[in-house]
Amino acid sequence: MRITRIVAMTAAVATLSLGLAACGKEGTPTPETPAGSGAAPQAASDACTSSGTSFAPASGVAIAGSPTFEKIKSAGKVVIGVKFDQPNLGYKDASGKRCGFDIEIAQLIASKLGVDPAKIEYKEIASANRETAIKGGEVDYYVGTYSITEKRKADVSFAGPYFVAAQDLLVRKDDTSITGSSSLQGKKVCSATGSTPIQRVRDQKLTDAGNIVEFKTYSECVSQLIDKKVDAVTTDDAILKGYAAQNQSLLKVVGSPFTDPATGRPYPEKYGIGLAHDDKALRDFVNAALEKAEQDGTWQKIYDGTLGKSGSAATAPALEKY
Amino acid sequence: MSNVLYDLPGPKARLRNRLLGGVSIIGIVALLAYIVMRFNDTGQFDSIKWQQFEYAAIQQQLVDGYLTTLRAAGTAAVLALVLGTLLAAARLSDHAYFRAPASFLVELFRAIPLLVLIFFAYYGPIQLGYKVGPFWPLVIGLTIYNGAVLAEIFRAGILAVARGQSEAAYALGMRKTQVMSLILLPQAVRAMLPAIVSQLVVLLKDTALGFIIQLPELLYVGKQIGGRLPFGLPYVPSYLVVAAIYITTCGLLSWLAFWLQKRLTRGRRRKTTVDTVPVLETGAGTGSAPNA
Amino acid sequence: MNEFLHVLTDNWDVIGSHFLATIELFLIAGVCSLVLGTLLTAMRVSPVPALRGFGTGYVLLLRNCPLTLVFALLVFAVPKLDVNLDYFPSACVALTAYTSAFVCEALRSGINTVPVGQAEAARALGMTFTQVLGNVVLPQAFRTVVPPMISVFNAMLKNTTIAAGFSVAEAGAIQAYLSERGENQIYVLLWVTIGFLILVAPLVVTQRMLERRWGVAR
Repeated sequence: MRITRIVAMTAAVATLSLGLAACGKEGTPTPETPAGSGAAPQAASDACTSSGTSFAPASGVAIAGSPTFEKIKSAGKVVIGVKFDQPNLGYKDASGKRCGFDIEIAQLIASKLGVDPAKIEYKEIASANRETAIKGGEVDYYVGTYSITEKRKADVSFAGPYFVAAQDLLVRKDDTSITGSSSLQGKKVCSATGSTPIQRVRDQKLTDAGNIVEFKTYSECVSQLIDKKVDAVTTDDAILKGYAAQNQSLLKVVGSPFTDPATGRPYPEKYGIGLAHDDKALRDFVNAALEKAEQDGTWQKIYDGTLGKSGSAATAPALEKY
Repeated sequence: MSNVLYDLPGPKARLRNRLLGGVSIIGIVALLAYIVMRFNDTGQFDSIKWQQFEYAAIQQQLVDGYLTTLRAAGTAAVLALVLGTLLAAARLSDHAYFRAPASFLVELFRAIPLLVLIFFAYYGPIQLGYKVGPFWPLVIGLTIYNGAVLAEIFRAGILAVARGQSEAAYALGMRKTQVMSLILLPQAVRAMLPAIVSQLVVLLKDTALGFIIQLPELLYVGKQIGGRLPFGLPYVPSYLVVAAIYITTCGLLSWLAFWLQKRLTRGRRRKTTVDTVPVLETGAGTGSAPNA
Repeated sequence: MNEFLHVLTDNWDVIGSHFLATIELFLIAGVCSLVLGTLLTAMRVSPVPALRGFGTGYVLLLRNCPLTLVFALLVFAVPKLDVNLDYFPSACVALTAYTSAFVCEALRSGINTVPVGQAEAARALGMTFTQVLGNVVLPQAFRTVVPPMISVFNAMLKNTTIAAGFSVAEAGAIQAYLSERGENQIYVLLWVTIGFLILVAPLVVTQRMLERRWGVAR
């Protein structure tokens, strides 16, 4: 008696789930705001679009003395650490497609290494775990708003920078009280654990230690910002502009970068490609590839098709080779 | 039914109970209505927040996350059972040089938080220069912690078998291994089964900690789905869906434990030789089937 | 060895303050979950079916939901309900809600182990409700309840580490904080382990002692 009841229940659940699965729509989810829904935010598209640059894998690539390259060659694929929730930089849309400036730079390097971009294995690594992922060999290299700092150079090495951003603030659209780094006292500031911007806020005591909120991902910070649980999200302006572009009715970037009082210029967040600490051969190779891309216009094409859409023009930065 | 706390209700008590019942139903319904209304006001039921779930790609991600959770839980469960058996056997040994280290290890592993064990398994090897992904540290952490708890459950189960059984077996001239395998284990396993299944439910829930080291298990996938700004940052719908999946799965397993206990103690009118093993540890959530 | 000790002394401000936060979280959530757990037990054993149903439903939901998810719902869903809680109080509420389900279970099984005959005899002797509870039922239930209850709180102490993933600066967050400072990860984790062993030891010792003294022979 009870057995038949259990069997009946399991059958019901199974058919329900099968039915739901059959109802799954194909294709990329695109947000459709129904007409007249005042509460829903105006949403930009979630679907990934690339810059249109083609990345044909190079042939006959050989890098002497690079253990990482040997590993890539023998595996036939490359494992790249990326971000997944930074619009126009490293983003994964709802259908699983990846796009963004960092993603395309990663694909550029992969193609120069002789790997077909379709054979790239992406691994999502949060900010706090980037050094451990590279050191442990979990990824071959990392491209994901990875700022070059002296402290990090003790654990990993960097090729680049391939972009220079500045630290800025994201606030609610109707919030006029925050105008820059000096107006953060008493405000709650959110960022990702392990990122340089939050370390700067902490070191310079821009707000009380109790007002510093850290989450694993920026999207959680943005959610808390919209819910009015924090007053500002701080990170690189490139990332913030992507979020603001996705929701212009609720969010805005303050637009006054954190400036170094000593030099009077904004603190530069230099994005580099994270590589194994001792792999100089690969570092030189990647730097050479970046330099070529900057000179022959590929860099500009990639930028204009991804990050450039957030609204600001930029030029390729000078590489720091070491 | 009269029970320990109150006697059969008389007319006044019945009226009072009915009044209380009415008031509490109103209160509960009001609370639930408030929650649903607030969610509605803040737009949690807007179609845009639930849109992602209609698509096959998202459903596939949820299924993949669920399968990863089940895979991690399954692997850890098997390994924890093995480790638990070894530790329990060592703790029950007659030789102090097995017993003492095993006791120490069991107490140690039960005292360390699971998160710290996972961190050890993840950051430790990397500090020493070895490659490790997020799957095995989670499994190793779960194995060590739940292995220690299972060892305690096994030991309690073996000790719960009535002493007369083992005494009679020794009197017949059986050696320790024979006593253990022929007499004690079969009876003990019956008593331990509900507690073991409860601990495995705990194990399944603890796989949710994998998101901290970026294992793409169910909670992590839920976070990703919820973090999409173009869809209105649907954290609430996403977490509700994930919660429903967890509660259903764990609920089914807990119910299995409960059913096992009912089945094993059914038809035992006489006092049995084994009582079911009492709840030893309500770890990061053990189900405690009520003591028989 | 020197470096190992230095990790503690150099970073004592972080390690000390974070462990203090853990202890605070434990004490606050402990007291609150005791209260809420007792309330839930009272609901579950009450003669009112609606309250019984609510209590059972609450325990069923929260026992089968991962604690991490409870935290996540509290931090991301509860703000929508117009309840604006800071992160530390959110963590307290989450731990309380979760642990109270287990406190309720422990209490309920304790009450169930007292034979009905005891209470019936007491009532037959004319004792009032409070007298029955205070003189007959609770003292017997206490012995069965206390060791599992200590287990529950032991588990809660370890569960406080989950709050670290939701922006509470307690012991679980020490590893992330100190890795920003560049310390050796294994040493940091060893110190965190030692800290927890110190915190957990009194609970475990008490539990073993009570189990041995109050081992109920049936």
